[in-house]
Amino acid sequence: MAELAYEETFDCVQCGYCLPACPTYITMEKETHSPRGRINLVKMAAEGKITYSELEGPINLCLGCRACEVVCPTNVQYGTILESAKEFIEENKKKETPKRVKLFREFLFNKTIPNKKILNTVGGGIALYQKSGLQKVAHKARATNVLPENLRTFEKILPNAEGSIKRRKREEYYPPIQRPAFRIGFFTGCVMDTMFSSINTQSIKLLQLAGCEVTVIKEQTCCGALQSHSGETEITKRLAKENIKAFEKHNFDYIVNSIGGCGAMLVEYDKLFAGDPEWANRAKQFAEKNADISVILSQLNLPFEKEINRAVTYQPSCHMSNVQKRVNEPLRLLKSVPGITYLEFPKKDMCCGSAGIYNIVNYNESMELIDEKMKHLTTITPEIIVTTNPGCHLQMKVGVEREGLTEQIQVVHLIELLAEACGVEA
Amino acid sequence: MINDTIIQLLKDIIKDEKRILTDKVDLYSYSYDSSFGVYLPDVVVQPKETEEVAEMMKLANKYEIPVCPRGQGTSLSGGPLPVKGGIVFDLSKWDNKLIIDAEDMVAVVSPGVITADINNAAIEVGMIYPPDPSSSNVSTIGGNLAENSGGPRGLKYGVTKDYVIGLEVVTPEGEVIRTGGRTVKNVTGYDLTKLIVGSEGTLGIITEATLRLFPKPQANQTLMAVFDDIVDSGRAITNILSSGILPSKLEIMDNATINAVESYEPLGLPIEAEALLLIELDGHPAAIEDEIVRVQQVCESTQASEVRIANTAEEASELWRARKLVSPAIVREKPTKISEDATIPRSKIPEMFKRLKEIREKYHINLVVFGHAGDGNLHPNIIADKRDQEEMHRVEKAVEEIFEAAIELGGTLSGEHGIGTLKAPFMEMELGEIGLDMMKRIKESWDPKNVLNPGKIFPEPGQRLVLTNG
Repeated sequence: MAELAYEETFDCVQCGYCLPACPTYITMEKETHSPRGRINLVKMAAEGKITYSELEGPINLCLGCRACEVVCPTNVQYGTILESAKEFIEENKKKETPKRVKLFREFLFNKTIPNKKILNTVGGGIALYQKSGLQKVAHKARATNVLPENLRTFEKILPNAEGSIKRRKREEYYPPIQRPAFRIGFFTGCVMDTMFSSINTQSIKLLQLAGCEVTVIKEQTCCGALQSHSGETEITKRLAKENIKAFEKHNFDYIVNSIGGCGAMLVEYDKLFAGDPEWANRAKQFAEKNADISVILSQLNLPFEKEINRAVTYQPSCHMSNVQKRVNEPLRLLKSVPGITYLEFPKKDMCCGSAGIYNIVNYNESMELIDEKMKHLTTITPEIIVTTNPGCHLQMKVGVEREGLTEQIQVVHLIELLAEACGVEA
Repeated sequence: MINDTIIQLLKDIIKDEKRILTDKVDLYSYSYDSSFGVYLPDVVVQPKETEEVAEMMKLANKYEIPVCPRGQGTSLSGGPLPVKGGIVFDLSKWDNKLIIDAEDMVAVVSPGVITADINNAAIEVGMIYPPDPSSSNVSTIGGNLAENSGGPRGLKYGVTKDYVIGLEVVTPEGEVIRTGGRTVKNVTGYDLTKLIVGSEGTLGIITEATLRLFPKPQANQTLMAVFDDIVDSGRAITNILSSGILPSKLEIMDNATINAVESYEPLGLPIEAEALLLIELDGHPAAIEDEIVRVQQVCESTQASEVRIANTAEEASELWRARKLVSPAIVREKPTKISEDATIPRSKIPEMFKRLKEIREKYHINLVVFGHAGDGNLHPNIIADKRDQEEMHRVEKAVEEIFEAAIELGGTLSGEHGIGTLKAPFMEMELGEIGLDMMKRIKESWDPKNVLNPGKIFPEPGQRLVLTNG
């Protein structure tokens, strides 16, 4: 039985310093949707003063961006408290959930998202919901608040994914161009490798250009982030074990990904197995080897071939800044691109509202968040918004579209910009 | 006390139903602040107009429902806690007005504006709003006005009340009055502005404030001085001030604080030292260049074992880093932080340190001391675990003795946090029976039905300090 992280809630001295950092406190305008409020409610639930179903709303509306952890003067482990609450809510719900909803969740989190074949077949991401018939199941099961409007919104801005044939052709081994700087195991991610597989391809080629030996092992699976955020801890652990086992067979210097959200999950695998005698150490070693691609590329030299004379701003992903704590590397890399004019995104640390599948299940709240972001964006006038995570990427595109700026502002992954400047084709 | 009829009447006043909160989770979310105790309100409302506040006060007064105004709940004294239930007015969402008038050198603000935002807006026109409570990035100006908040700059610039020249206030009976005005000089009648500021929401609800701004100092410089004897550090403070130099900040950290910070994050602090002073000067660059050297000389001639002057802004922020790390450092061993703000005349700092040391030993408590030594506003912080009832009772006794010591030395219960619920039991000790009664009479004449923030400042018969959550 899941336990709420009750002891951890006592680390909170309720000073409120987290309030201005919390995006949902800003847009939802009440303490209940602030970090301090949520920590207090977890404590209240543990003390039996409120029920798990009363706790559910405030917890589900948390983005999990963890901007609060960065500003907390007493180092409260908000992430741990949040995950415990999600797991607690999920377990209690399962006790009384109709079987068909259980089957749907099982299908989505255990079978579909980790399964490349299914993802490949349907073409990925949001289309997955529609084309696989999941949308219908979801509606029938009322498992999520999925509304046609959400799907239309995201469908409009979906990227042109590489065909599955091209993706299947991906090599397993990319030799270094000279003596390898690092031996790298590349983590492809599932949604990323379906909707944004060209970015993965470009990532690998850039690493290769910068002098790395890159291997894409087949045995890897989903990182487990979406499952973890939904309180499905057992599935998350199973996936994590598969990844750990797969990667420890090889002697990589780093395990590299270009997906901020997955990266955040991977560097915290050790937390998942804290106290587990068999897995704790293995998870720690795995976690320590993981790095975002910007961390590796910023240590090496990229052979830039052309200038990109555009005004560029950067939206750092929460998972990159607040969990992986990689604030400088992506920015340094971005600023090294010849020709660009860098414009600072005002309040750039504020979450865009994407947050895994938050923007699908909490569509209206998510749109309020992105509109808030866009208010700040329009005070500068960039031609390109750079992101480092597919979730943020799609959300920023939605934001740009909602502002009617699709013609003026392009949204790209940092890797795409670097690839263009290095003349790398996907 | 609050039934569906009252809720309906509130809905007639606040048309936007999203701003009336009655869900259990919402009530729990407004049941605490940054001090002790959990008290559930019956309903939370989020007013955004004077008219709404006035109508709701009329309603509350008619039905005798307690009303507790609240900012962002950073209060360390229990100011916004709904100890008698009733309605919490969450004024933090009323942040739409922030006007800087450069010519009159004032800011006109609505109560929910974040204090740091006022200073940031003032800086854009070359001015500052000097009061800088440590919570200024979070706290609302309304909360600061109610509690008369201070901050590190208090030594040179004073506290919130020194910057308020006009208020719009809703009375407990739901009338709207204006006090003071827009002029620095204003001696017309009783100074109701100063009476309302620091009245902790017991006399009226502040709905607008006119604040004084100051010209922005052109430069600042920081120095750290280390002392083997805490008495020397006290003498150094006096000698600096009597040499004609008025620092903008003058902070002290005792040995326990230094060690807590150093073991939390090694910064190369002198762990043997009994005290260190952090001093910031501001003003004309030429003036502070001269003054910083004189401060250094004074410290050295008062037996400072080491003096470091920051040459760059980075070095300065490095020196202040030690002070910034105090909070996380001291809660590492145990999670509960009881932060007091007993304030004494500056000359009594060494004596107060001696008393605090005795209290620490007598009650076997983890007590560290830091704070704004320049104005005698010390922060004795006790680190405990509120789940440990036995320890908390020892802490309660220790806190009582800290207050007694401060008052015996000619000081006060609160330098900047306010009285709220926590210090109410000690009011008579400082003010005397008649002194407290005069304050009560003011409260009774303003608010005969005692609807505004009841249970604050004035002790209930037999009320004692309680630090366990209930």
